[in-house]
Amino acid sequence: MSATATSPPASGGLALGRAAYAVLLPVAAILVAAAAFAIFVALYGRNPVEVFTTIYLGGFASTFAWQNTLSRAAPLILAGLAVAIPARAGMIIIGGEGALAFGGLAAAATYLALPAPPLVVQAAMMFAAVLTGGLLIGLAGWLRQYRGINETISSLLLSYLALAVFHQLVEGPLRDPGSLDKPATAPLAPEVMLPAIPGTDIHIGLAISIAVALLAFAFIRYTVWGFTLRVVGGSAKVGRMIGLPVNRWITGAAFAGGAMAGLAGAVEVAAVQGTASSSLIAGYGTSGILVAFLSRQSPLAIIPVAILMGGLQASGSLLQRRLDLPDASILVFQGLLFVAVLVADALGQSFRDKNGGGR
Amino acid sequence: MARLAQPTPTDPQDGLRLEIVGLTKQFGALRALDDVSIKVPAGSFHALLGENGAGKSTLVKCLVGYYKPDAGHIVIDEGEASIASPKDADAAGIGMVYQHFTLVPSMTVAENLVVSGGTLPGLINWRRERERLKGLLATLPFAIDLDARCAHLSAGEKQKIEIVKQLYLRRRLLILDEPTSVLTPAEAKQLLGYVQELTRTGRLTAIMITHKFSEVTAFADTVSVLRRGRCVRSGAVADLSVAELGEAMVGAPVAASTGRRQRATCARPELRLSLRDVTVAGDHGPAAVSGLSLDVFAGEIVGIAGVSGNGQKELVEALMGQRACSGVVTVDGEAFGGTRAEIARHQIYGLPQEPLKNASVPDLSLAENMALRNYDQAPLRRGIFLDRRAMARQAENFVTEFRVKASGLGAKMATLSGGNVQRAVLARELSHPVRVLIASNPTFGLDFVACQETHARILATRNQGAGVLLLSEDLDELLELVDRIAVISEGRIVYTVAAETAEKAELGRHMAGG
Repeated sequence: MSATATSPPASGGLALGRAAYAVLLPVAAILVAAAAFAIFVALYGRNPVEVFTTIYLGGFASTFAWQNTLSRAAPLILAGLAVAIPARAGMIIIGGEGALAFGGLAAAATYLALPAPPLVVQAAMMFAAVLTGGLLIGLAGWLRQYRGINETISSLLLSYLALAVFHQLVEGPLRDPGSLDKPATAPLAPEVMLPAIPGTDIHIGLAISIAVALLAFAFIRYTVWGFTLRVVGGSAKVGRMIGLPVNRWITGAAFAGGAMAGLAGAVEVAAVQGTASSSLIAGYGTSGILVAFLSRQSPLAIIPVAILMGGLQASGSLLQRRLDLPDASILVFQGLLFVAVLVADALGQSFRDKNGGGR
Repeated sequence: MARLAQPTPTDPQDGLRLEIVGLTKQFGALRALDDVSIKVPAGSFHALLGENGAGKSTLVKCLVGYYKPDAGHIVIDEGEASIASPKDADAAGIGMVYQHFTLVPSMTVAENLVVSGGTLPGLINWRRERERLKGLLATLPFAIDLDARCAHLSAGEKQKIEIVKQLYLRRRLLILDEPTSVLTPAEAKQLLGYVQELTRTGRLTAIMITHKFSEVTAFADTVSVLRRGRCVRSGAVADLSVAELGEAMVGAPVAASTGRRQRATCARPELRLSLRDVTVAGDHGPAAVSGLSLDVFAGEIVGIAGVSGNGQKELVEALMGQRACSGVVTVDGEAFGGTRAEIARHQIYGLPQEPLKNASVPDLSLAENMALRNYDQAPLRRGIFLDRRAMARQAENFVTEFRVKASGLGAKMATLSGGNVQRAVLARELSHPVRVLIASNPTFGLDFVACQETHARILATRNQGAGVLLLSEDLDELLELVDRIAVISEGRIVYTVAAETAEKAELGRHMAGG
């Protein structure tokens, strides 16, 4: 038909370059953020080498440190998925904190309302949390598709709303009269608490989180529906052209994201805290945003990144005790990381645009 | 501050006299402007007509200094002007008003006007600036509210402010690029009325790029028609009929058979696609398609001709399920709502314009994009899983058969060239049995080879018995391919004719709404 048309050359180089980029950019971002943090602690009068050593000791150097780290990784994995799954459908959701609190509250309320065998109660708690978190963020997706409201803003505002409701209920109708200094719901009976992973002190929530992340990965990578989700997220217009119910898919992805955060709340209540109290609002939802962006929204990469982040957070108290650094220093590091990752993303984008990304 | 200090509204400037002599501009193999000469008397309202790609934009870009013409020159008033940059155009008093607004929505009209000067002092003496603005407004034939916030103004009001801004900047020649495309008809009429008044009183000379004949006849004094880079008609509006203008725009009324391939008709009396009273909302207020009815039979190509912006885009988006519509669309006699099941059952496929944007997911790979139509059916689907190997096999077949060039099946769609994106989409849309095909400017922006391939594929689809609806702004493309032509104007079908008996002049007249 034409002189210019030939069969395609073998694939290879380009795809490899892209994959390398996906790994190299976040790594470079982490290094830059670490350098900035080193300067920060140096200005604080501490030796950066000592600080990083302490972070390592507090997060990864002992069995105790690992247990602490992995316990924190569990909610971080789920909170990361809460951002990454909607991101695959083209949304940026930052309301994980509220969905997590809502999920924890729903789990605690379900426990109070349902006198049944432990296994039934546990299942009902998880279900209620998934539903509540899902509905909260699903609403943000629905508002975006049917009312044209920006999902980032609405999810954040809905999160504040959820936190307010959480406080209202925990300090009011659901408050356990026995919780004197810190309002909380009545503690779960020991037999309802989620068990530890056999042979460790790590609660089973970690196994649940990892299983959910692997499922999410397999779903997106291998199933027909995962492909549909990527099409809808890549171009709603083309999704409509090939007859997909785009609005329902996007709302559904937002629901799934919220469900993840809700589940994280339930795991925190049922495995760690034993009650729903303001301890639940510990910044997991917000850290989940960082985890998802560092993982480039990949459910598989979320697992190691969440563990890394969990270790970082676990080392906070050791930093305080050993080096007399404020507990919030780790938050500074997280903030620097986030900025570095966003910059790396922007740089990567403009690099791709320059190198034949567009035409 | 230097430029801001200049406007002294008590001394209204006058419109300038413009003469374009033998302007030529070449882009590679394409001669965008070919020896174009146009005279625009001082204080006149000149309309520039032409189809997409006729050279109107290139011409005005030469006038405002974005392009440097290869040959020819521009005379302003009595002297030859050299306009080498937008700065020169500014100094010569030539300004441009775009389709889209350049006002800061959160600021008031007065603030917007003062800011437009570009260089501002550290402190603005608002009392003095307001005095100046009021002096300018006193000389205008219409009133504007200086304290209104731009966000609260209607589109027509905003466009009016854009014009006042040009006067404030002491522009003497205004170039309006389809100024009414985002306005309602009433707003458009009002706005052009203002421009007309400003030219009548000699304050301004205006050149308007437009597609709309009614605007030309109602408001312009003189008109030039561009076609394929040449100025084919020029003169006073009063001396030219709409039919003459339409004819000039689409080409001389030569026999319609030019370039038309001889071929057997294969239309069968079997209704494939039927539209009844289809109404589609536009982006801005009024309906873009209103009460349109049309039938497409098996084995025929029905072409829809029309000047761009008469509802074609909205109609296609509605048929592709990308835009809501009312009315009845049936395929094979069954109501069609654009769901995936219906698409698969009726085998209705599409070739939108700009296939990278409208028919592919840029971030997915070539193989994945080629699977968009059938990834949820065997053999690509196995249970709940996607069979990547089957997907790769299908893509490999498509790549060979349609000669798609890419760095690999895994290459992102966005990295492919325009022609190869089109080939990939052609492969995906036309490799399965097709009963209905909807194509919209399918060759827009493609190179010659890709154009020819696209045309051949569309014809082959028709010959296999599909009903094809082809929308195109290129009348020659339509006449070459279609069996029946319908002309769309203001969202309605106003004229239908068999392709063999179609006359360009007649089509042009109907396209012009005459």
